[in-house]
Amino acid sequence: MELLSGGEMVVRALQDEGVEFIFGYPGGAVLHIYDAIFNHSDIPHILVRHEQAATHAADGYARATGKPGVVLVTSGPGATNAITGIATAYMDSIPMVVLSGQVQSHLIGEDAFQETDMLGISRPIVKHSFQVKHASEIPGIIKKAFYIASTGRPGPVVIDIPKDLTNPHDKYEYVYPEEMRLRSYQPVTKGHTGQIRKAVNLLMKARRPVIYSGGGVVQGGGSELLVELAQMLNFPVTNTLMGLGAYPGEDRQFLGMLGMHGFYEANNAMHHSDLILAIGVRFDDRVTNTVSKFCPDATIIHVDVDPASISKTVAAHVPIVGPVDAVLAEMVSQVKEAMASGEKTDEEALKVWWDRIDEWRAQHGLWHTPRYKDDSGLIKPQEVIEELWRLTKGEAFITSDVGQHQMYAAQYYRYNKPRRWINSGGLGTMGFGLPAAMGIKLKFPEDDVICVTGEGSIQMNIQELSTCTQYDIPVKILNLHNGYLGMVKQWQDMQYGGRYSQSTYEKSLPDFVKLVEAYGHVGIRITKPEELRPKLEEALAIKDRLVFIDCMIDPHEHVYPMHIAPNGSMRDMWLSKTERT
Amino acid sequence: MRHIISLLMENEPGALSRVVGLFSQRGYNIESLNVAVTDDATMSRLTLVTVGDERVIEQITKQLNKLVDVIKLVDLTEGAHIEREMMLIKVRALGAQRAELKRCSDIFRAQIVDVTSSTFTVQMVGTSEKLDSFIQAIGDIAILEVVRSGVSGIARGEKTLSV
Repeated sequence: MELLSGGEMVVRALQDEGVEFIFGYPGGAVLHIYDAIFNHSDIPHILVRHEQAATHAADGYARATGKPGVVLVTSGPGATNAITGIATAYMDSIPMVVLSGQVQSHLIGEDAFQETDMLGISRPIVKHSFQVKHASEIPGIIKKAFYIASTGRPGPVVIDIPKDLTNPHDKYEYVYPEEMRLRSYQPVTKGHTGQIRKAVNLLMKARRPVIYSGGGVVQGGGSELLVELAQMLNFPVTNTLMGLGAYPGEDRQFLGMLGMHGFYEANNAMHHSDLILAIGVRFDDRVTNTVSKFCPDATIIHVDVDPASISKTVAAHVPIVGPVDAVLAEMVSQVKEAMASGEKTDEEALKVWWDRIDEWRAQHGLWHTPRYKDDSGLIKPQEVIEELWRLTKGEAFITSDVGQHQMYAAQYYRYNKPRRWINSGGLGTMGFGLPAAMGIKLKFPEDDVICVTGEGSIQMNIQELSTCTQYDIPVKILNLHNGYLGMVKQWQDMQYGGRYSQSTYEKSLPDFVKLVEAYGHVGIRITKPEELRPKLEEALAIKDRLVFIDCMIDPHEHVYPMHIAPNGSMRDMWLSKTERT
Repeated sequence: MRHIISLLMENEPGALSRVVGLFSQRGYNIESLNVAVTDDATMSRLTLVTVGDERVIEQITKQLNKLVDVIKLVDLTEGAHIEREMMLIKVRALGAQRAELKRCSDIFRAQIVDVTSSTFTVQMVGTSEKLDSFIQAIGDIAILEVVRSGVSGIARGEKTLSV
């Protein structure tokens, strides 16, 4: 029998769980745990500069690996600083375990120093949460937390630990549970065979089908099966912002992203479709435009592990609850069976459908007709991303912050693999990109990890340049520098008569090159179009240093296409500042 | 439409706040709420009354089911069921009102459980509608205090909500 203190149990349980990194920040309520880390831990701990960054770094790690990211913060401000990152993970269904310190048990509720009701504050943005009541519960609760965070529809789990329960002098028997079963939590493991059969019957008869796949396919490991199914059927595929990479970006059957800034061909194919196979998506308002006008002719098959996502905003005709990998596997095998018994898809109708899609592509397709070129003599942000894609052969991990740069990175980088495009899609958290890139680079030191950002976003967690110095994390940061909060400016241009209310920095921005040099990193500035390729090459050739590329772009560029709202349908889009559908 | 949703959940700290929080967070209504431990001390039974169209009720039941603390759930209004609510009502009872109140209580099968020289306290069990009717029936008599338990309910026949 092994006796451990609560603090030691935390460390041991994380080791037993196979945790690779802890992202955290010490403080009064977690000092016992930090002492146990000093004495007993072989898990690398990354000391961030702000707790929000700890959560994003753990989140980046989780998105890239599929394993829960781990965060350790102190009570009070440590816990509240972590909230934005927890909400970010929650909105995108990312597995994460957050350990927060709490004041001593007998002080809870007395407004003690650095006390905050972490369970209360985090309740609407966690999958589940625990407060430890006795040190001996720690191993069981940690096991449950990892189990809940990583199964079913994944999400963040908070464990709040009062300081007295980690006291080094009180020791209890340590046993880490091998298995976990909860009577009140039993995620589904497979889809309903009858429903899948119904879906397959519809797939075989479809005349204008589209596969609309999202973050669930990335998170649920369904990418290969999705490719197999789509190619077997010769169906077009569109990905959501969260789903990019689930289907290879360079494949002929890929229509690009759909939604508010989706591709002309993707949004049109959706609108005119007669059958939508929706997998691991949630019919988000940034996809559907006006729900009552959404895809009027389509029968909808909706596959998701979370029954609450099905028919939440758009009613599904064939709902299938189940993990995407299991459902896709069964769909693939049923389609194979049907084909083996002589059944065929409607090849003639599909040919007509593809011809129509190719017309859309030729008219306004983002990649097929380079739409951003002009004679301004300025660097176009779209071109920067396309160049980055070419130079990294579509193989890099790209993280992003939130705004125009995020949309350019989603549109113009062609992701050929899942888990390579890492962004805050649901919550839209500025400041996500750099810490997320850190979490990925630590796990994949040999890969290119590039944070595409803007001056607004990068300054929300720019302090992490220091963390990168301390732990030698050579990520690349590509700043699409336009001097504005670009997406805010775009909306102000389009809807507020060009009144730039609080969306410009005037002359207040730092010299980013000098700034990163002060942290010990490399800064490169690109100001002319002809410098773009050589300087990007130069930056990418530096493998062992953090490089900040400050790329001065056309300040007045807008992201297109853009859905026309309110009251627009999927196919109603602005295509440029002057053209609309 | 009015629905009575009844669920079994882990008798753990925080479980109730998760259920209640869900309603405010997602903009659903709660008309009444009633919760107590069951014969198995590890579980609580919670019954709530809510209103919404079919789509909203479907979301409410799905979102409740998603809560890790919720073990099982039933929408009692989907089948034959018994619905009861308890009310304690304290009223001014002077002169002729005393006989009138006694008669009214008898008609509604309510009991007078506390008597003073100027007040009656009446206890009554029934559907929410029946309790409403009693309040209407005593008409002009001054109501000093009303305490209602919120609805609890159970399915008729063999059907049970159990683990």
